[in-house]
Amino acid sequence: MASKAFQKIYTQLESITKATVALRAQGITNEELATVDGRLAQVVKIKRDLITLQVFAGTEGIPTNAEVIFFGEPPSLNVSEDLSGRFFNAYGDPIDNGPKVEGENRFIGGPSVNPYKRMQPSEIIPTGIAGIDLNNTLVSGQKIPFFADPDQPYNQVMAQVALRADVDKIILGGMGLTNDDYLYYKQVFENAGALNKIISFVNTTEQPPVERLLIPDMALTAAEFFAVDKNEKVLVLLTDMTLYADALSIVSNRMDQIPSKDSMPGSLYSDLAKIYEKAVQLPDGGSITIIAVTTLSGGDITHAIPDNTGYITEGQLFLRTDSDTGKVIVDPFRSLSRLKQLVIGKKTREDHNHVMNAAVRLYADAANAKTKLENGFDLSDYDLRCLDYAKDYSNKLLSIEVNINTTQMLDTAWELFAKYFTKTEVSIKEEITEKYWKN
Amino acid sequence: MKTKGIVTGIISNLVTIEVDGPVAQNEICYIDLSGTRMMAEIIKINGKEAFVQVYESTRGLKAGDKAEFQGHLLEIDLGPGILSSIYDGLQNNLETMKGVFLTRGEYTIALDPDKKWEFTPFANPGDEVFAADWLGEVKEGWLPHKIMVPFSFDGSYTIKSIASAGEYTVNDTIAVLSNESGESVNVTMKQKWPVKLAITKYRDKPRPFRIMETRVRVIDTFNPIAEGGTGFIPGPFGSGKTVLQHAISKQADADVIIFAACGERANEVVEIFTEFPKLEDPRTGRKLMERTTIICNTSNMPVAAREASVYTAMTIGEYYRAMGLKVLLLADSTSRWAQALREMSNRMEELPGADAFPMDLPAIISSFYARAGIVNLNNGQTGSVTFIGTVSPAGGNLKEPVTESTKKAARCFFALSQNRADRKRYPAVDPIDSYSKYLEYPEIIEDFKNRIGEDWVEKVLRGKNIVLRGKEAYEQINILGDDGVPLEYHKRYWKSELMDFVILQQDAFDKIDANCPMERQSYMYYLALDICESEYEFEDFEECGNFYKKIINILRQMNYSLFKSEDFNRYQEQLNTELNNGK
Repeated sequence: MASKAFQKIYTQLESITKATVALRAQGITNEELATVDGRLAQVVKIKRDLITLQVFAGTEGIPTNAEVIFFGEPPSLNVSEDLSGRFFNAYGDPIDNGPKVEGENRFIGGPSVNPYKRMQPSEIIPTGIAGIDLNNTLVSGQKIPFFADPDQPYNQVMAQVALRADVDKIILGGMGLTNDDYLYYKQVFENAGALNKIISFVNTTEQPPVERLLIPDMALTAAEFFAVDKNEKVLVLLTDMTLYADALSIVSNRMDQIPSKDSMPGSLYSDLAKIYEKAVQLPDGGSITIIAVTTLSGGDITHAIPDNTGYITEGQLFLRTDSDTGKVIVDPFRSLSRLKQLVIGKKTREDHNHVMNAAVRLYADAANAKTKLENGFDLSDYDLRCLDYAKDYSNKLLSIEVNINTTQMLDTAWELFAKYFTKTEVSIKEEITEKYWKN
Repeated sequence: MKTKGIVTGIISNLVTIEVDGPVAQNEICYIDLSGTRMMAEIIKINGKEAFVQVYESTRGLKAGDKAEFQGHLLEIDLGPGILSSIYDGLQNNLETMKGVFLTRGEYTIALDPDKKWEFTPFANPGDEVFAADWLGEVKEGWLPHKIMVPFSFDGSYTIKSIASAGEYTVNDTIAVLSNESGESVNVTMKQKWPVKLAITKYRDKPRPFRIMETRVRVIDTFNPIAEGGTGFIPGPFGSGKTVLQHAISKQADADVIIFAACGERANEVVEIFTEFPKLEDPRTGRKLMERTTIICNTSNMPVAAREASVYTAMTIGEYYRAMGLKVLLLADSTSRWAQALREMSNRMEELPGADAFPMDLPAIISSFYARAGIVNLNNGQTGSVTFIGTVSPAGGNLKEPVTESTKKAARCFFALSQNRADRKRYPAVDPIDSYSKYLEYPEIIEDFKNRIGEDWVEKVLRGKNIVLRGKEAYEQINILGDDGVPLEYHKRYWKSELMDFVILQQDAFDKIDANCPMERQSYMYYLALDICESEYEFEDFEECGNFYKKIINILRQMNYSLFKSEDFNRYQEQLNTELNNGK
């Protein structure tokens, strides 16, 4: 965000808080950018000539006579094909030592797509992970978060999903990434040789938290350029949205707003929805799909952040380590993709829905058998077979290490059915069973 | 002369304006942002300063920008052409907007000004008429759309002239009326009404006296909603609120459906307008879209318009009610509307109530629900607005302010339970927590007597008791173990399972089961209750469980078969055989 000619400069601050400064100035527009003592800031409140600015990098060391320069414009990003393969910070400035990106200058956080102009999502996004493709199929234009505890390998899984997904562009919005995770992403993307289709906007834990607020809008402005202007299939990864929401609460607190549940701002739902609803299937073939990460504290999904997220997104994915096999799996019970009904059995083989349900039901029976075992009850022959099946199912399908296509997943499931169960126990519609049962 | 003003303060979409003349609470104004006119509504006045909520993003606005007040409240156009339209919360037609993105300050006309409607007059010159009296009608799709004396007309009017049968646009004069002082007024097929005020030009509003069939068993049989009644559906995310609401909208016995998508997912609205034009109304054979209007203010659209959207939907409902039609209004979700109120209240630095919601939230919710109802029109006919709202309680906790306030206002409570959803028992309406106050109305009990049978409501209460006793037995079995309880407990448990699987659960994705008319519901319910009230002898709990499992399976097959078809009858015979074996 370069400085421009004819800028207004002020040098007298009226008040300073930890995140904001206020000064008297004329003709200032809402949400426009400024620098305060060289730090980027944005107008958040106007009261006649008293202007309150939110300083992204924090106000430590800012003197009352700091130089304030107004830009006359809200935050923006230069968009063009040259964004591909590049790494940027929260302001859209390169951090990979490359040149500045030339292109059309667009304001970030733009308007919403007219709901009437949306198409119903109908394209499957295969990832090779059966816990997703088989049980919780992703659809282009969908928005779905991973609900994960901080100790789970969600960043690794996201990177894997991104690289396997059949899309034209991948845009990473990293909020509060540790430097290690940032370097991990960078390395994985470079090693995969897929760098030219990846664009990253990164705010690490070493940078001020309030800067994070710009990341999703930056990432989605780039995504809209490729999806709307270039009709491309774009996958946006946002990690970690909990840290984004935390930054929101910091700002609202500094602005003396009354907090609602879990000390989050009352507008949390709208703030999150504005981001997630950018996911869209457009009429001309372009699409934006959002996969996000919301870290939980102690698995609590009733906290305001995951709770509001759950009401906005189209399902959620839970990661879990299966103690029987030691593999990280996508939990088949708690995960849900709301849009899967639009594609399974239609874009995939006809038996998909039946196989998915039967496989999960048998896995549930295994869970019951396990409880019985733990409580010291005798196990029936069926219980024992369920337990063996569960191990195989976990290893050959649920594990995130598995990378096969949907048809192979279905065939694998039928093999497991035949190996451990009778046709009646699997209890799938007769005509389907006759066609696919593995003898 | 219009009152003008100057912008003095901006916090997000709350703007303060210094005015140079009189303004009214809730008056509409337009703020000029370098040539773009943005609509806003006054929500508080303090001396010369008016606080307005702007229905658009205020990015780029500055102190000193000009505003012009319009002298009226937020109003919408009422006239033929509303059905099958897709509007935003301020009644802008989303279909005629240009561009993929919503453009700030782009307002589109609600009613097509060029479309011709075939008008048939009812009234004659010389007739004395009052507001809401019918002057004639046009056919809107297959529905008779009455052209009425505008609701805003006070006192009596005499018809000077009325247009002859023929084709007219909504802006053509179709009648000239003269008021008590002899002045002439032209009436067109279009009129305006402020959405925050109820349309009350009817004779009276009696207690609801008949039920509205939704073809959802857990509602019609167990917790019926009355025509003109109110109900709400609270539930955590993933418990099936939307699927249930869509099912009701597809099947309900209503002439007009108004769906207010208020602050929810855009893709869910896309689903409605992709599917409804293809789906047939099971009663008329016409496409569902023909009787449906969508008011769409999804979660990413401006927050202030979210609040307006439910009022816009209700006003349209009241308009069709005045034509003697049965209107069903669905709002998904009223929590988002309450959150919009909270955001504004917060920005105005009002003292907050529970969970930072405004103190008057319960009053706002109950006065909104009070606009629903069945009414006797001045001409003796009846019309109704039945309202069902969903509530999205934070953290799935039903003790939060929106759920509690709504509980006081709505007469039916369809609580969706996470536990039932987890066990895939859909619709996940909790049979024990949910209730319908209408089951206590003598008028409704009478209606059931005439519709189904003398003892229906009494039998429904017996069924509810079976479910309750089953739950208690289940808890005992869980604590004491299968062997630790008397066989009687297992019987009680399995009887409640039978009610659950056969009556309460319903497959929304199965063509036949999803759509269960009252006749069929009562047949299956009598059958199920009869089995539950018969005594069977068993050796042990396993035999008991196996017996009921078999019975449940056959009854479910009946649910999946066409009513009284060959298959259905075959299962019925199978059932009789099994029941005889059990005796």
